[in-house]
Amino acid sequence: MSSPNIILASRQLTVTYGTARSSFLRPKRNIVQALRGVDLDIYAGETLALVGESGSGKSTLARALVRCIPASSGSVAFKGSDITTSSGRPLRALRRHLQMIFQDPFGSLNPRLSIGSAVGEPLIVHGLASGRELKSRVAECLALVGLDGSVANRRPHEFSGGQRQRICIARALACRPELIAADEVLSALDLSLRGQMLELFRQLKERLSLTYLFISHDLGVVRQISDRVAVMYLGRVVELATTPELYSHPRHPYTHALLAAVPIADPIVERSRQYASLPGEPPSPARPPSGCAFHTRCPRAVERCRTETPKLTELAPGHSVACHRPH
Amino acid sequence: MSAALLDVEKLAVSFVGRAGARTVVADVSFQLEPGEAVGVVGESGSGKSLSMLSLLGLLPDGAHARAAHARFDGRELLSLTTAQLNAIRGREIAIVFQDPLTALNPVLTIGRQITEVIRRHFPVSKAEANQRAGQLLARVGIPDPALRLRQYPHQFSGGMRQRVTIAMALAGEPRILIADEPTTALDVTVQAEIVGLIQSLQRQTGMSVIWVTHDLALLARIAERVLVMYGGRLVEDAPAEQVFASPRHPYTQALLANLRPEAASLAQGTSASVQAGGDAAAVGCPFAPRCPQAMDKCRTTAPPLSAISERVRVACWAVSPEEPMAASQTNGPTSPQSPQAASLPKP
Amino acid sequence: MSFWARLIRCPPARRGLVMLLVMAVVALAAPLLAPADPWKVHPAARLLPPLSRSAVDGADALGRGANASGNGTNASGPGADASGNGANASGNAHTGAGATTLHLLGTDSVGRDVLSRLIYGSRVSLTVGFAAMVLSALFGSLIGVVSGYFGGIVESLTGWLVDVQLSFPFLLLAIFLLGALGGGTLAVILILALATWVNYARIVRAQVLSIKNQGYVEAAHATGASVGRVLFVHILPNTLAPICVVASFSMAQAILTEAGLSFLGVGLDPSTPSWGTMLNDGRDYLLTAWWISTMPGIAIGFTVLGVMLFGEGLRELLDPRSLR
Repeated sequence: MSSPNIILASRQLTVTYGTARSSFLRPKRNIVQALRGVDLDIYAGETLALVGESGSGKSTLARALVRCIPASSGSVAFKGSDITTSSGRPLRALRRHLQMIFQDPFGSLNPRLSIGSAVGEPLIVHGLASGRELKSRVAECLALVGLDGSVANRRPHEFSGGQRQRICIARALACRPELIAADEVLSALDLSLRGQMLELFRQLKERLSLTYLFISHDLGVVRQISDRVAVMYLGRVVELATTPELYSHPRHPYTHALLAAVPIADPIVERSRQYASLPGEPPSPARPPSGCAFHTRCPRAVERCRTETPKLTELAPGHSVACHRPH
Repeated sequence: MSAALLDVEKLAVSFVGRAGARTVVADVSFQLEPGEAVGVVGESGSGKSLSMLSLLGLLPDGAHARAAHARFDGRELLSLTTAQLNAIRGREIAIVFQDPLTALNPVLTIGRQITEVIRRHFPVSKAEANQRAGQLLARVGIPDPALRLRQYPHQFSGGMRQRVTIAMALAGEPRILIADEPTTALDVTVQAEIVGLIQSLQRQTGMSVIWVTHDLALLARIAERVLVMYGGRLVEDAPAEQVFASPRHPYTQALLANLRPEAASLAQGTSASVQAGGDAAAVGCPFAPRCPQAMDKCRTTAPPLSAISERVRVACWAVSPEEPMAASQTNGPTSPQSPQAASLPKP
Repeated sequence: MSFWARLIRCPPARRGLVMLLVMAVVALAAPLLAPADPWKVHPAARLLPPLSRSAVDGADALGRGANASGNGTNASGPGADASGNGANASGNAHTGAGATTLHLLGTDSVGRDVLSRLIYGSRVSLTVGFAAMVLSALFGSLIGVVSGYFGGIVESLTGWLVDVQLSFPFLLLAIFLLGALGGGTLAVILILALATWVNYARIVRAQVLSIKNQGYVEAAHATGASVGRVLFVHILPNTLAPICVVASFSMAQAILTEAGLSFLGVGLDPSTPSWGTMLNDGRDYLLTAWWISTMPGIAIGFTVLGVMLFGEGLRELLDPRSLR
């Protein structure tokens, strides 16, 4: 079904959350469609970025792809084999290959566990190493992220945010995964640390031939690290292209607006820039608009956009857009 | 420079705890002209918010501010009584905070909260205050203000809530608006809208705006002058054009390098095991442990903020004030760094 | 550094531990320490104030001669009247020249030595308090963890259980159950555990609910850790601090509740020396013979303080920021 170099693929992947929202004396159930039928292929060895505003479903997509949350419908395949319904032991074995790093470096380390136990946990869980070997593997992983092996006996609270994020990366690397999903890993870090972390990600990828699924709302960071970018809006991928292509020729009006909203670090350019700001705000995923979900804010919307949902179609090789009136 | 609306000299903030006093802001001096838009940039823990909040007596428990002087319109801010400060807060200097949800009371309607601010500062009737509140909401771009006034904060989206807090800040017709990371919690498209809104409001009212942010790129759009803070100290104060074209302080250079992917990363020389932030009271320059150009002198004596040209002040020993022309010679953040960077020892 | 070494270095934990050790030694060595037979009734020596003396019966019913004679020799020197203070001394006078015994903390309403009852009482009170604490902590924490982690129907069921427990009048339940179980120490322990497990269940559940959403729990799942590992490595250890706090409070509560039950006559046999029964014995004599209820009160206070200091110290030690 998939060519050998596709490491992870989703077909019509849908995730719904049921949120019980009760008003006074009248409980009612809201169903939020966080993902609405996403088709996405991730190629081995690439860095695919997911961008979009909060509520666009980029985190949900990443979690569903690495099976941290179950799919409501659709399918996920890892190297050609369907993993949509894996659970229990096979699912946990799968986790060895698909790792995830989270946004908050302060919350994602158990304050009680030493750095060594945290980094070694995947090795213990998957029975990959124990005793002396475990120690040396942990030291190896810490060295990979630029930390000294002696930190293994210390606790998370002794480290700064940037160092903790390195520890989290070391943990994700411990069982030599093939793909790492990084969920907003830089947004909690100070600006001056981001450059170093990006560099670290780049080096690790080269050294360990990793595949990254990189989630970020920061288009500047995405431009620096990714090979391809998928732009998401209200649970759908609206544009998918290689990074240079997307930044130089965005086709979807939403991508246009997103790129236009990013400030450029040059006052002279900034002052002459025209801001085609988007009117309004992203609609609630609980009540997505009909047709193209973006039509409520789209400057190019026509009647057809209100009724007919555009499909993600390839307009140029490797550049797909879901829009009736692309740029 | 007597025309300055806000004139702060040697501002320091320290926390007094069981372990003794800990200085988190030291030696901050700056001036704000009427109608000026100044950006204060720094990472978390750099003291950028604290130094602004201290001017209005809004410090957290245990924190104390001192200054040689901190004059707003001729009044010494740090020696005012709470009552006097209250007359200034919101009326003459207003603040918009980062998190619009916690800045609003969840059990009161938006209208009630805005009219309260209006009536605190102006002797008007309830009906008139309500009318003004409606006008304010319209001014900050909230459609259907009459209906929105009767709604509660949870019925607003994040961006709309921030518009509401801006409307509340404007209610007192302030002369200075301090925007403390007002867009950090918002999406980039919404951020662009809020930024545009505050800019147009500034043009309409002629107020001064102090933008506090960690995003230097954002300041390219909104600030005429940029103050860079690191480790509780002001390290650079220069017009925006100059900060972005030829940053003088190594920290500013590193910040810009991170924003510009095409430029070589200056942060490479910084050590991974250094905790960001620094301590304002530490001996020497707070940036010295991460600085690729650090000299022995940097580790023993903190450099003062000294003028290197008419409008540029930098606190760095490596930037010599004797060469006022140096500013035009430097080639921005892409300029090659000193070879010391590679041999920087890990502390 | 080992856990115990750190425990010793932590001042509140050290103080608490010393206090609890003192109580434990007293309880274990009760037969050696008690100056008199705690069960023996001396109608003639009723309500003697502290530091008074009374004649000791020649034949000690329980054959604790060694002890009694030890006290006898100790006290045989001065005459009966020499130490006689106040009105009570005259009551002693007619026992004549026999051996006398010193009542360091006085005697109760039926002439039993308060100090001896206090010493023997520590056995019952500590056993009951400790056992009830452990039992309720285990049961309550288990319920709390399970309901907090799994949610859904499990949570509804355990929530219902907690509600039933909370809405049912405890005393009614205690009286009914003790009647059915026929009293005794074990029954009292069960009842006390029943009274306090809800505290653990509620606080542990709340704690688990918040920890469950912590990044490190999600991260553990993402590394492939099993549910058991997540529960016992990542969640449970992080609930220990509040459990310790609740445990120190509820052990105190158990000791006091035991006193209340004994007072109502549904707890321990009134002749059993326990701090609770003693406390209630003395209630009628609060104004005339204050020592009967004050002495067990002080003992309870001392123990509870020890437990709380120890709990406080444990909480401090269990805070990961104190770990090195």
